[in-house]
Amino acid sequence: MDPQFAQTLWLTLKLAVSTTVILILIGLPFAYWLAYTKVRIKPLIEALVSMPMVLPPSVIGYYMLVIYSPRNWFGQWLDRFFDVRLAFSFEGVLIASVIFSLPFMIQPLHNGLRALPESFREASYTLGKSKLITFFRVLLPNIKPSVITAVALTFAHSIGEFGIVLMVGGNMPGETRVASIAIYDEVQALNFEAANQYALILFLISLALLTTIYSVNKKYDTWKMM
Amino acid sequence: MENDVIDIDIEKMMLTANGPMNLAVRTTIPSGELIALFGESGSGKTTLLRILAGLVSPDKGSIKFRNTVWFDSGKQINIAPQQRNVSLMFQDFALFPNMTVEQNIQFAQPERDNTSVNELLDNFGLTEFRKRKPNGLSGGQKQRVALARALARKPQLLLLDEPLSALDAEMRHALQDEIAKAHSLSGVTTLMVSHDLNEVFRLASQVICIENGVITRNGKPEAVFSDNSISGKVQITGQIARIEKQDTIYVVTVTSGNNQIIKVIAFENDLENLKIGDRVMVFSKAFNPIISRLK
Repeated sequence: MDPQFAQTLWLTLKLAVSTTVILILIGLPFAYWLAYTKVRIKPLIEALVSMPMVLPPSVIGYYMLVIYSPRNWFGQWLDRFFDVRLAFSFEGVLIASVIFSLPFMIQPLHNGLRALPESFREASYTLGKSKLITFFRVLLPNIKPSVITAVALTFAHSIGEFGIVLMVGGNMPGETRVASIAIYDEVQALNFEAANQYALILFLISLALLTTIYSVNKKYDTWKMM
Repeated sequence: MENDVIDIDIEKMMLTANGPMNLAVRTTIPSGELIALFGESGSGKTTLLRILAGLVSPDKGSIKFRNTVWFDSGKQINIAPQQRNVSLMFQDFALFPNMTVEQNIQFAQPERDNTSVNELLDNFGLTEFRKRKPNGLSGGQKQRVALARALARKPQLLLLDEPLSALDAEMRHALQDEIAKAHSLSGVTTLMVSHDLNEVFRLASQVICIENGVITRNGKPEAVFSDNSISGKVQITGQIARIEKQDTIYVVTVTSGNNQIIKVIAFENDLENLKIGDRVMVFSKAFNPIISRLK
């Protein structure tokens, strides 16, 4: 295999896996909090979480660039104390990707938790179990389809990320050049064969992931009866 | 009194379908008895159970269980449900679908004890379903699992929220026995929400009637539901389902527990303060009823 092709695919995979792992760690406690909180600004928080679904990726990418810029306090602080510059780096793209895929993780988990009868939580509490035990032994196992959906959607979405990576990361081989960018690049260079290879792989991975979601959810309905 | 385990004196503003209602309950619950909370839906029975379980906080007042204060608005005490050692059996049973019957019961145990799991499974006729998930069970089986799970917690207080409301009459009857058995097995003080007179008479040694958020009557079921000044020997309590005028008289249809239908002749002045839906007692003098053996 062409080493650059392999490098690009490896980077794409690394970005998608890292995004998904970070998001599941953030997403589970956050979705739990969001599902049961009574704070007044909940609609605002829900709206903020969902913003990446309606905003063009270039808008978020632009704001990320502004935040990363050493001309502003956050970028300056990172630069001065950690000698880190996030713009046009893998880490910078990763942070942007986490923010951009947030709704794909939070929404299925949040909906799954809201769909459970309130009495599950209450029964577990009256049976003497803490919130943590209730979450891991009662709530989480009963929203398995939502967890699978959330993970698969997040993964598929981060694999296909284009606009935000281009804005924040540019097209640096081995650092920020992921498959979706490579396709664009190859087409620009009239390398249709290379573009076709990337496109086919992305197509197949996404198809496989979505088929998995649907078949697992279908199977889960049958499991519930057993 | 020494026999009393729970002192309740609470108030809670509730939003009901008929507007706001103040739940104001002040009573004591005797130890080891099975007590029925009786009343219309929306009268505050379920909320009272949830307040006792610690799932809902009253606006003010106090709840004392033996020598432990569970709730005291003045002293800002509100013990969490986990620390109250109360089992609440929910109307929808709240069995966990991810666990088998056996695992549901094990989950409730304070410490793992397989012997007592087996005993509970055996007592409630669940041994053959132990490896099944709740979604594959019938309503009656689910109810038994829920009851077994509630007891597995070894609670100091058992709360049953209309435990049989989801079941048909025949099943109800069979499962009333299970509740009686559960109560006699554990001897735990039990509070049961019900709006079925038959159930109350059959199971409870004391009944507390709640209307619009306040206790209206409290005592033994016979005393609460029958007027002792009547020297009737046959008494049936029920609800008026229909009133029909026929010439100068009226035919009143009364439904009683177990789908029993009784037709009673009444005159216009009898009906002055009766209307459809009223709870009534049909009684007859000793020389009137005819008795015959059931084949």
